Amino acid sequence: MLKRSFGKTKYIPVPQDALPYRPAKPGQAVCPQCTSGISEEEMQENFKVCPFCRHHFPMNAHERLSWIAEAGSFEEWDTGLSSYNPLEFPGYDEKLADAREKTGLQEAIITGVARVQGYQVVLGIMDSRFLMGSMGSVVGEKISRAIEKAMELGCPFITFAVAGGARMQEGMLSLMQMAKTSAALERFHKRGLLYISVMTHPTVGGVPASFAGLGDIIIGEPGALIGFTGPRVIEQTLGQRLPERFQRAEFQLEHGMLDLVVDRAELPAVIGQILRLHLGGNHG
Amino acid sequence: MVKRQFDYEDKYENIQDKIKELVELSGSLDFDLSGEIKVLESKLQAIRDQKYQNLTPWEKILLARNPERPTTIQYLDNICDEWIELHGDRLYGDDHAVVGGIGAFNGMPVTVIGHQRGKDTNENIKRNFGMPHPEGYRKVHRLLVQAEKFGRPILTFIDTQGAYPGAGAEERGQPVAIAQDLMLLSGLSVPIISTVIGEGGSGGALALGVCDRLIMLSNSVFSVASAETCASILAKDANQAEGMAGALRLTAFDLKDLDIVDEIVPEPIGGAHTDPQETIARVKEAIARNLYEVMEKGGNLPEQRYQRLRSIGRYNIK
Ligand SMILES: [Zn+2]
Repeated sequence: MLKRSFGKTKYIPVPQDALPYRPAKPGQAVCPQCTSGISEEEMQENFKVCPFCRHHFPMNAHERLSWIAEAGSFEEWDTGLSSYNPLEFPGYDEKLADAREKTGLQEAIITGVARVQGYQVVLGIMDSRFLMGSMGSVVGEKISRAIEKAMELGCPFITFAVAGGARMQEGMLSLMQMAKTSAALERFHKRGLLYISVMTHPTVGGVPASFAGLGDIIIGEPGALIGFTGPRVIEQTLGQRLPERFQRAEFQLEHGMLDLVVDRAELPAVIGQILRLHLGGNHG
Repeated sequence: MVKRQFDYEDKYENIQDKIKELVELSGSLDFDLSGEIKVLESKLQAIRDQKYQNLTPWEKILLARNPERPTTIQYLDNICDEWIELHGDRLYGDDHAVVGGIGAFNGMPVTVIGHQRGKDTNENIKRNFGMPHPEGYRKVHRLLVQAEKFGRPILTFIDTQGAYPGAGAEERGQPVAIAQDLMLLSGLSVPIISTVIGEGGSGGALALGVCDRLIMLSNSVFSVASAETCASILAKDANQAEGMAGALRLTAFDLKDLDIVDEIVPEPIGGAHTDPQETIARVKEAIARNLYEVMEKGGNLPEQRYQRLRSIGRYNIK
């Protein structure tokens, strides 16, 4: 587990740590940003971050869990909740079955309680492989239940969001999950509890416009696309190209939407620091 | 090709013109056709009534988008004894796609807020086609806080295709502006009655729709995203919007079945725009009845509102 002392925590990606470009060998993953070759071992060591240019590869929910939570500390909740096709929307049953088979997940989020940096926290971790991490009835319900349980336990709530858009196949039932999760957080905030929202690539649509946008502290992963409307739709509306890094985490930090943009290697320590500043303990 | 216009009315008017011609023609002939013409007219009326009771979801979308439908300001002018518009978000600007202020509703002070679109091109440019920027949602936010301070019930009117999908909106924090309205509304202690008067689209519409009672006009629609957007994303073909409209279950009647809508206000035959005064009177009656019921029932409104939202969603439990 990565440990850093209080004073040395860095908030910004650390280009000085980046290695020089190295061409890919057969069988290696190729970085989409710098085209360096990355071995499987290097991927694991670097939490799926390119050691050459700090490009952040997607992490699935269980990879993220084992990276952020203390080993063996996670107790998963509400595993029995699953989606069906309430509107009898054409093709939705097949898409759900496909996603379940491909990911081994029941839905686009796992929730539960774990120890993070020595503190008990409630976690909600989304997975983009499951219908692009869209929020339908089950995602909304699992988040709302997790918030309610965090209130019972009186402990912080941390989410890792990833969302490519709305779960259109559940129509208004899915849109209303925005209101439901926001209402749960209204009560949570009134209780004086801490919510840290981490937005990963991409977080667009109803998720940042509801629970993920309501963190006491909102953190972006480097390079993550964060916004309400995706860039392609904006380009269609305006009839012009957007700048290269438009809506990326660094852009959103610049525009006041995020508290921090934190490199994946630094994030456990930064979360530890925020928890410590709210809950006390382990000073010095 | 997707039908952009609701063409049923054109056909109806064509036939009516033909009947008129027939009347004029029969006047110049020696025999009397008035009996037959009357039968024809009443048959036509019956077919029209029948048609309007069986509109397809796509036809309802087209009706809901009819530019002649009454807009929020028209409702406010007619349901309030008096009202004053208040401007600006105190942070950046005044978004003309959202109007808000204080009104007197049957003698009681209320805070009123709604999306505002235009009826013609000029007005639509001023109103940005009723599609708000973050400053619109932040104007809503500060008016909600004001309503809570003075204990005023809140009436909202939903009439937008969605939040504006533009670069400036994203630079100024569109998602968080919407999220903060959703959260604030859910915790207010004053009654909130929302009415969908036209097209409700996506989170930009929902930001004014967290309430104690949700009312919809019978031809209005409320959808997670527009039928065109869903068609272009799911079917990779915007021309399949007509079929998508049915699959999305976005009509007032579908949403009543899904326990999302509390009451449907019937529009006059032909749609709200054919008789705005009558439509607005019906909406006023429904708002008054629902508002007084919520006030009379009393209790912990945020708790009741939370339980209402909490119950929305369909899933299996193992
Ligand atoms: Zn790289």
